[in-house]
Amino acid sequence: MSLVGAKVLRKEDPALLTGHGKFVDDFSPPNSCFGQFVMSDQAHAKIISIDVSEALKMPGVLGVWTAADFISFPNLPGGMPDFERPVLAHDRVRWAGEPIAIVVAENRYQAADAVPTVIVEYETLDAVSSVAQATAPGAPLLFDAHRSNVLTKVPMLDDLEKHFVKSFSRASLRIVNQRCAVVPIETVGCLADWTLDGLTIWATTQAPHHLRNKLASWLDTPQNLCRVVAPDVGGGFGAKIVWYPEFFVAPLLSKWLRRPVKFMQTRSESMVQMTHGRDQVHDIEVGFEKNGKINALRMVISQNLGAYGDPTGLGLATLTGWMAAGCYKIAHVSTGFRTVVTNTTPVAAYRGAGRPEATFSIERIIDLVALKTNVDPVKVRQINFIQPNEFPYETHNEAVIYDSGDFPQALDECLRLLDYDAVKAEQAKNLADKNAPLIGIGFSCWLEIAGFGPNGSLEGFGHLASWESAQIRIAPDGSATIFIGSSPHGQGHETFVAQIASDELGIPFERISVIHGDTATVIQGVGTMGSRGVPTVGSAVKVASERLMVRAKKIAAHLLEAAEQDIEVKDNAFNVRGTPGKKVSWSDVGLTSFQPLRLPPELQAGTLEERLFHESPNFSYPSGAYACVVEVNRKTGKVKIQKMIVVDDCGTVINPLLAEGQVHGGVAQGIAQALYEQVCYDPSTGQPITANLIDYLIPSAPDLPNYIAGRITTLCPNNPLGAKGIGESGAVGSPPAVVNAVVNALSSFGVEHIDMPVTPEKVWHAMNGRK
Amino acid sequence: MAIVRIKINGVMQQHDVEDRTLLIHYIRENSRLTGAHIGCDTSNCGACTVLLNGSAVKSCTVLAVQVQDEEVTTVEGLSGDFNGLSPVQEGFRQQHGLQCGYCTPGMVMASTALLRENPKPTEDDIRHALEGNICRCTGYEMIVNSVRWAAENGGGK
Repeated sequence: MSLVGAKVLRKEDPALLTGHGKFVDDFSPPNSCFGQFVMSDQAHAKIISIDVSEALKMPGVLGVWTAADFISFPNLPGGMPDFERPVLAHDRVRWAGEPIAIVVAENRYQAADAVPTVIVEYETLDAVSSVAQATAPGAPLLFDAHRSNVLTKVPMLDDLEKHFVKSFSRASLRIVNQRCAVVPIETVGCLADWTLDGLTIWATTQAPHHLRNKLASWLDTPQNLCRVVAPDVGGGFGAKIVWYPEFFVAPLLSKWLRRPVKFMQTRSESMVQMTHGRDQVHDIEVGFEKNGKINALRMVISQNLGAYGDPTGLGLATLTGWMAAGCYKIAHVSTGFRTVVTNTTPVAAYRGAGRPEATFSIERIIDLVALKTNVDPVKVRQINFIQPNEFPYETHNEAVIYDSGDFPQALDECLRLLDYDAVKAEQAKNLADKNAPLIGIGFSCWLEIAGFGPNGSLEGFGHLASWESAQIRIAPDGSATIFIGSSPHGQGHETFVAQIASDELGIPFERISVIHGDTATVIQGVGTMGSRGVPTVGSAVKVASERLMVRAKKIAAHLLEAAEQDIEVKDNAFNVRGTPGKKVSWSDVGLTSFQPLRLPPELQAGTLEERLFHESPNFSYPSGAYACVVEVNRKTGKVKIQKMIVVDDCGTVINPLLAEGQVHGGVAQGIAQALYEQVCYDPSTGQPITANLIDYLIPSAPDLPNYIAGRITTLCPNNPLGAKGIGESGAVGSPPAVVNAVVNALSSFGVEHIDMPVTPEKVWHAMNGRK
Repeated sequence: MAIVRIKINGVMQQHDVEDRTLLIHYIRENSRLTGAHIGCDTSNCGACTVLLNGSAVKSCTVLAVQVQDEEVTTVEGLSGDFNGLSPVQEGFRQQHGLQCGYCTPGMVMASTALLRENPKPTEDDIRHALEGNICRCTGYEMIVNSVRWAAENGGGK
């Protein structure tokens, strides 16, 4: 029986369910001490002086360090020249929350006591928190040497005006894709222990090798003496790709103090120190015909990077521009972008990273075209779809060639699950009944770029490479251990890797272990991001297994005195086809692989080990069709989701349980962005006003609906599994479905657009006229 | 400093701790039971939920000295007939009610308390009982299904 495609329960769960998970903060080696940052309470200021004398007298304090102590070390890696982030702020702070000094004490209580006693004297500067403020004439500069807050700028090469004037009409929107806090329930932290045997650091990271490679060179220590461990990681969603300063200073502090040093953000610290996501403003315009057919699209993206330019954050606007046209065949597309620094928490990847922003804008303007042409939004989508026979489809950007998909089929399946006509009838009935809530129906037909990726795709974000590694080792008893370079934080890698390997090797699922997240044991890795797990490491495991099986069958054939081509693997044993009962078990083959005299002469002891670095020739392009039905309370403006239908196409599904879990979680985060979440700053001071979980609303169980999930399948032609990746789909596809539904509900008020989050207040104003 | 005795998972513990020590830190750092987690500092996330004399509490909001000689159950203290797992733990496994697993011990303890009070909860009951627990991975539907599975498999006993 094939395990690929089966609902296999997770290997990971028993430990996590019994309190035996091992997260960074669960490690407390003897003699550990605790480090905490002194954070800037100013958004933008010159540092005049730092007085640590009181702090040094506080009980339990082992030391206080400032930027002056790290002067011989480089800035944090990956930044752009002129915009690099120092490990601690020295002459200047650029956002409220930026680390300025470090207090290390015997325990976290004593560190917290001492932090406020460090006195920082500032000369306050004017702060900018939005792109508009940062690019206004005379705006205060974050980096005086650069003379502008614009870090990168790629103008539109063609404004397409000639195509717009030929169109029947045009529609435009300015769309604010608001800043979101990522909020994995585990914050960022690390435990560093630098002994005479070298450094070990346990860190909350999605990419341990990525961190190890940069950390070792930053510390000027060889990589063999720099071990990074990502133990259980409590969610990441992109924000744990980032190189945080504690990962760099904790090893040095451990070396200097000769003790293990731990850092663990409180949530309030995390809300300002962990990177944020989104924060783009789009000016999007389309030219279209009377029937809704779109001829031309142009979009200019402004990305708020926050202070400095995080290496991941810098790439977000590029991805948005690439995916600007979504799943539509638009003859003329032009995009441009600028990235801008502001006095806010740095912005980096957050589930979808640039693609939710693209999807939101194209899906919103499709609805605006529907409104202006009076053509049903479903029809406008259908008339503009790229058709299934048009793949591979070359887009406006040569780097982006859509691999496969069937957008009409996905929408048909979505409509079937929705029962569109019935919902429209309910909508009309409610509209006429003043006491009934308004009903709105919204669609989102989306496509994203995933499976990162082909050569060069991740290098641009500061990574070593774009492949992923797998290494399979057969033990003398025929059980298997698989080392994978992609280190998970909830996705279930141990389970899906064992499923794939079990099918290929014929070894039972229970006799396969999966090791990840440790640079001392895993040969090399890139990480878990960009919906790349199954397409990359899954493919590596499949191909490595196939290659290993060639030699395993050779051994079996030798032992059985049969021809290699007659060997088939079944029930944990190698059988001779056509000769029932003639077989040798996997244990015998495993044992033999270590006994030179029993091996065929061309093989050597230890031959049943295989490693493979899989790199795909193209990205993958997961897609889908989502629909949302909302009820809007006419008195309060509160939006309730009545139905959320999500039809996904992620190619081959390895484990439907895990795939559905990924979709649910992504959709939940998308709904949260659509309705609830926004990181806010006081525009006059740059102070964060959503810096804890009281002020920043993460939805809990009563705030979210059930999800009606459907699926279509078009295989990805660019990897041996046919899988496209599923991690980000829900977060990409769901926000426009929700907002389109709300705007649709309010269409009788002449509403054309509402920016996220669609709060009751905004909806109330939309119904009662803006003042 | 105060000598604080707490019976955790049936075993009497005694540690000399600062008066201000939170129960969650007592459990994690003094008793070295690291199942209960810390996810916020405002009592919003519920990752630190444990049972205090059978009722769910957020152990980040209780001082260790406040529960002198009382009984605490953490996720490590649950057990049952499902290969050692309790019905609620097994429900989460069966219904994929966890991904990263960080909020899970809190979810499991809150769900355990719910089923003791209300062995046959409706979906609404479940969602509202878990209102104080945040999960960023699952979108909650599978957590609701997990609790329902537990209710149908002896979790309310």
